[in-house]
Amino acid sequence: MTTLQESAAAAASALSPAGPPLPAPVRRARRGTLRPGAPIKFGFLIGPGLILAAWVIGSAAGLIDPRFLSAPWQVVATTVELIESGRLQQNLLASVQRVALGLGFGVPIGVALAVVSGLSRVGEALIDGPIQLKRSIPSLALLPLLILWLGIGEGMKVTIIALGVMIPIYIHTHNGLRSIDSRYIELAETVSLSKVQFIRTVVLPGALPGFLLGMRFAVTISWLFLVVAELINSTAGIGYMMDLARTYGQTDIILVGLVLYGLLGLFSDAAVRLVERKALSWRKTLAD
Amino acid sequence: MAQDAGGLITQAPAVSSQAPQLRIRIRNLTRTYGERAVLDDLDLDIRPGEFVALLGHSGSGKSTLLRALAGLDYDVSGHGELDVPAQVSVVFQDARLLPWQKVLDNVVLGLPGAEDRGRRALEEVGLKGRENAWPNELSGGEQQRVALARSLVREPELLLADEPFGALDALTRLKMHALLKKLCLAHNPAVLLVTHDVDEAIALADRVLVLDNGRIAAERRSDEQGIRDDLLRALGVTAA
Repeated sequence: MTTLQESAAAAASALSPAGPPLPAPVRRARRGTLRPGAPIKFGFLIGPGLILAAWVIGSAAGLIDPRFLSAPWQVVATTVELIESGRLQQNLLASVQRVALGLGFGVPIGVALAVVSGLSRVGEALIDGPIQLKRSIPSLALLPLLILWLGIGEGMKVTIIALGVMIPIYIHTHNGLRSIDSRYIELAETVSLSKVQFIRTVVLPGALPGFLLGMRFAVTISWLFLVVAELINSTAGIGYMMDLARTYGQTDIILVGLVLYGLLGLFSDAAVRLVERKALSWRKTLAD
Repeated sequence: MAQDAGGLITQAPAVSSQAPQLRIRIRNLTRTYGERAVLDDLDLDIRPGEFVALLGHSGSGKSTLLRALAGLDYDVSGHGELDVPAQVSVVFQDARLLPWQKVLDNVVLGLPGAEDRGRRALEEVGLKGRENAWPNELSGGEQQRVALARSLVREPELLLADEPFGALDALTRLKMHALLKKLCLAHNPAVLLVTHDVDEAIALADRVLVLDNGRIAAERRSDEQGIRDDLLRALGVTAA
C-alpha cells in the first residue's frame, strides 16, 4: 500500500513544475554510422580540383616562378595552340594507340596465365614462380635487354607496357580465383558441370572482382610505362612532345603533357570503376 | 556401377530402361577419418520413390553417408559397394546459389537450353516472376526454394538433402515441409533426408533411420505407433 502511495506521490511531483526535472528523452541516432555514408556526386574530382585551385592561386599571386612552373592560363593557351596546329592530337593518338595495344596484349595474357595457374597444380608450378620473379625485377631494369632484343621501335614500347600490365592482372585475378568459396566448387561437381562450363559460370565470374581490381592497377601502370617507353627515341607521342619541350625549356608544353597523362590515368581509372559497378551489381558491400 | 574403394563414384550411364533396377543399394560401406570409422560396414536399401529420413547426433556419420552417395567424398578413405542412379541431385543446408548468376541461371546451371523447364520449376516452388532477381535479393526461404527448383529441374532419381531446412525459421520450415512433400509427390524421386529434427523426419518420411556410430541403430516406418518416443530413445533422449 505504502509503495503504491509513494509512487503516486512521485508521479504527482514529477508532473508538478516544482518537482525534480524529468530526464531528457534520449533521441536515438539512426544506425549506419559504420558506413562511409552516401556517395558524393563526382567526388573523385574534388581532390584534383583542390590541387588545381592551389596552382591557380599560386601563379596569380606570383608565388610560382613561370620558368619552373608555367601558369595555368599559359598552359591552357599552349594547349589551344597545340590543338590548332594538330600536334596534340597526333601525339595523343600515338600514345593512346601504344597503351591500347599494351593493354590488349597484357590483359588477356595475364588472365590466361592466372586461370591456368589457378586451376591446375602443374600450371601453378610452371607459371607462378616466373611471374613472382618478374614481379621482383624492376621493369625498368628489363629495358636494356628489351631494347637489345626488340630494338627501339613500337614493338619494344608495346611489349614493355604489356609486361607491366600483365603482372597486376595476373596477381589479382589469381588471388580472386583462389578465394572462390569451395562450396561453389562442390556445387559445380554435384550438378556435373563440364570444365568449360565451370570456368565460364563459376571461375571467371568468381574471379571478376579480383580481375577488376587488377585492371585498375593495370590502366594506371600502362600510362606509367608509356612515359618510360616514349622517352626513348620516339618520333611521336606525348612523351616525345615533352622531351622535345625539355630541350627548348618550354615548361608549358611539359605541363600540358603532365596534365594529359594525369587526365588519361584518372579517366581510365574512372572508366574501370564504372565497369566495376555495373559488372558487380550482384554484390552488397560496404560501399553500397 | 558398383564401385569399390576410394569412394569416388564414377557415374555410369543411366539404366533407366530397366526401371526396377533403379534403386539405391549400399553394402558394407565403410568410411574412416584417420583411426575413426565414421561409417562402419553400413547396409542400406532405398526403393524408387521412397522417402527416407536419416536422424543422428552430429558426428554420427549421417553427412558422411550423404556425401558418399553424392560422390563428394573423394578425400575420405574407405570401401564398400554403392549402387546409385545416374541422376542424383543434392540440396545443401545453405541454398548455395551462385551470387553472380540470376535466379533462373542458377536453376538451369549446367543445363544449357533448359530455360523453359527452369521457369516451370520456379513456378512450381512458387517463385514465378523472380527469374531475374539476384540471389542476394531473396529471403533465406526463397533461396532454399530456388535450390529445390535447381535440384528438381534435373528430374533426379535420387534427391539427397543435407539438413536443407536447418537454417530456416520455424514458420518457413513448416511451409517448406509442405512444399517438399508436394514436389516429391509430383516428381517421385527417392529421397534421403538428413536431419536432426525428429518431428521433421516423421512428418516427411516413409521410413526413419537413426544412425549411431556409423551404423543404423534404429529403423521405423513413420506410420508406426509410438515412433516418436522410439526414435528419441534411440537418439538417447528419454522422454520425461
